[in-house]
Amino acid sequence: MSPAATAADAAARAHARQVLAHLVLVRRFEERCAIEYQATRIRGFLHLYIGEEAVAVGCLAPLEGRDNVIATYREHGHALVRGLSPASVMAEMFGKASGCSGGRGGSMHLFSAQHRFYGGQAIVGGGLPVAVGLALADRMRDTGAVTMAFFGEGAVVEGEFHEALNLAALWELPVVFVCENNGYAMGTALGRAHAQPDVWRRAAGYGVETEVVDGMDVIAVEAAARRIVERVRAERRPYLLEARTYRFRAHSMFDPELYRDKAEVAAWRERCPIATYVARMTAAGTLTADDVAAIEAAVAARVDEAVAFAEAAPWEPVAALTRHVTAEAP
Amino acid sequence: MSAASATSATTTTYREAARQALRAALAADPRVFLMGEDVGAYGGTYAVSRGLLDEFGPARVRDTPLSESGFVGAGVGAAMNGMRPIVEIMTVNFALLALDQLVNGAALMRHMSGGQFHVPLVVRMATGAGRQLAAQHSHSLEGWFAHVPGLRVAAPATVEDARWMLATALADPDPVILFEHVGLYGLEGELPEPGAPVDLTRAAVRRPGTDVSLVTYGGSLPKALRAAAHLAETGVDAEVVDLRVLRPLDLDTVVASVTRTHRLVVIDEMWRTGSLAGEVAAAVAERAFYQLDAPIARVCSVEVPIPYPKHLEDAALPTVDAIVAAARATLEGGP
Repeated sequence: MSPAATAADAAARAHARQVLAHLVLVRRFEERCAIEYQATRIRGFLHLYIGEEAVAVGCLAPLEGRDNVIATYREHGHALVRGLSPASVMAEMFGKASGCSGGRGGSMHLFSAQHRFYGGQAIVGGGLPVAVGLALADRMRDTGAVTMAFFGEGAVVEGEFHEALNLAALWELPVVFVCENNGYAMGTALGRAHAQPDVWRRAAGYGVETEVVDGMDVIAVEAAARRIVERVRAERRPYLLEARTYRFRAHSMFDPELYRDKAEVAAWRERCPIATYVARMTAAGTLTADDVAAIEAAVAARVDEAVAFAEAAPWEPVAALTRHVTAEAP
Repeated sequence: MSAASATSATTTTYREAARQALRAALAADPRVFLMGEDVGAYGGTYAVSRGLLDEFGPARVRDTPLSESGFVGAGVGAAMNGMRPIVEIMTVNFALLALDQLVNGAALMRHMSGGQFHVPLVVRMATGAGRQLAAQHSHSLEGWFAHVPGLRVAAPATVEDARWMLATALADPDPVILFEHVGLYGLEGELPEPGAPVDLTRAAVRRPGTDVSLVTYGGSLPKALRAAAHLAETGVDAEVVDLRVLRPLDLDTVVASVTRTHRLVVIDEMWRTGSLAGEVAAAVAERAFYQLDAPIARVCSVEVPIPYPKHLEDAALPTVDAIVAAARATLEGGP
């Protein structure tokens, strides 16, 4: 093999390990969250992303530090892939002062200024106009940054989706709209709520270019995201990526899943984005069984450390209750 | 600045003063921009921003589509990402289409993020009735916004405040909503020169008096001042307090006034139930009950959607006569 080919091969192996490490981190972190929830250390709503990991992992791969990310209440994966530490996210889930939002937000409101991670927005559709504003600020100052906004297909029938798409197209703003179409708005199947079942067709009405990708295939998602981010950054106009995916777990921990067939869930589980990625990469020789085992072990250790950190982290004193409402006097 | 120039003043309108404030803000800070429906080519529904498009261009005097939630949310995002947007919502009636962005967005970002993000956004909107615009264009809902922790709410009621509240609002690291009553745009008044940004934490005593406190804000201030003039003709010396800031309320100034006069009338164009007047009355009852020589009175809008015909609209809103009568009742009644 030529030296160039060898270098490319090494890079591909390293990249595959990185992708798998992200996929596995999100999966194992959330599996642990479910356990911590049952142990009542995590309370409130807990919306697991399990099954959809390839979307966040693939989409966030091409982003730079200057770019902005805004997500929904099902955002643990996006936060972790964006670089928030598992410890700070787990501490936030526990409601501890060392959490990434100081404990004030919980599972649905993960934030990090350092990572330009703008939440954790839990009103369906509400983050989309904010994404327009984030991009408007960059456009007006010509920073070259792009904004990536994640939302579910449920948001597509909210007015704010349409207002945001129109504004972003009208003002030529660098927004990558990523629709994570998992087929259900809580318990409402897409076909029972959308007169037009193809999400991507909505964007055409605003002159916004679109792409549809298999959201269970991290390689396809990442390739699409790289093409789109490059174009959005260069052309300064929005783009919509519809990723077709599936949530393996219930909507939240309160959901008895009366609205979908077990056979449907089982069929989608066959397409698990992690198992299929591992199978492809090992078959191609890009990943080895040792790689997978090492990644699983490292992730397991990080998740254990995150839980230990969260358990040991302090509670914010009640005396501080009224902080973070408005700026504190200097 | 010499003492002579420090005491000079020009007479101008509330509308012109508000325009001067916008012009000065746009000129002073490249992060500032104005956006809203018809703020540019049309010149502003109430002509406040007329001429600014030519001066500052379409990027900074930015006409928006009729997408209240969209452009208010865009203001939130731009503010979080380093800009200082001034968003004009044409009237409070249309702000109902943007409540999600104001209440779930602007007001909560600092808190939800544990203080990492803040939203230095200024939202201006017209409010109030009195122009025969009927039920859907005549709301006074200031108290809805004043209910929400995380928002600062103010109501410029004088020419001077129209000129100088904006600068203070823009300097605030958190969202500020400015309510401009539609009846005030034509108001003429003195604009002292040089002026200075106003203190957005304090109410103002607009007319000192000793017999009864008339506490109000926004479009009801001129009515309260006229009522005080009428009362003076019969020997009643009313003090008029302009709340100016509706959240957080400057209750110290109100309590100090009641401590002088021992009688309180609160005038508020909101409907009585759940009005800001109710909040002021409750706070005075809590903090200054033993200062009161008569029951607290409220003059608010009658609990009916605002009707179109002039005589019915007038009857639905606080009037000078009603304020005078309420003030007299506090003097005649009591212990």
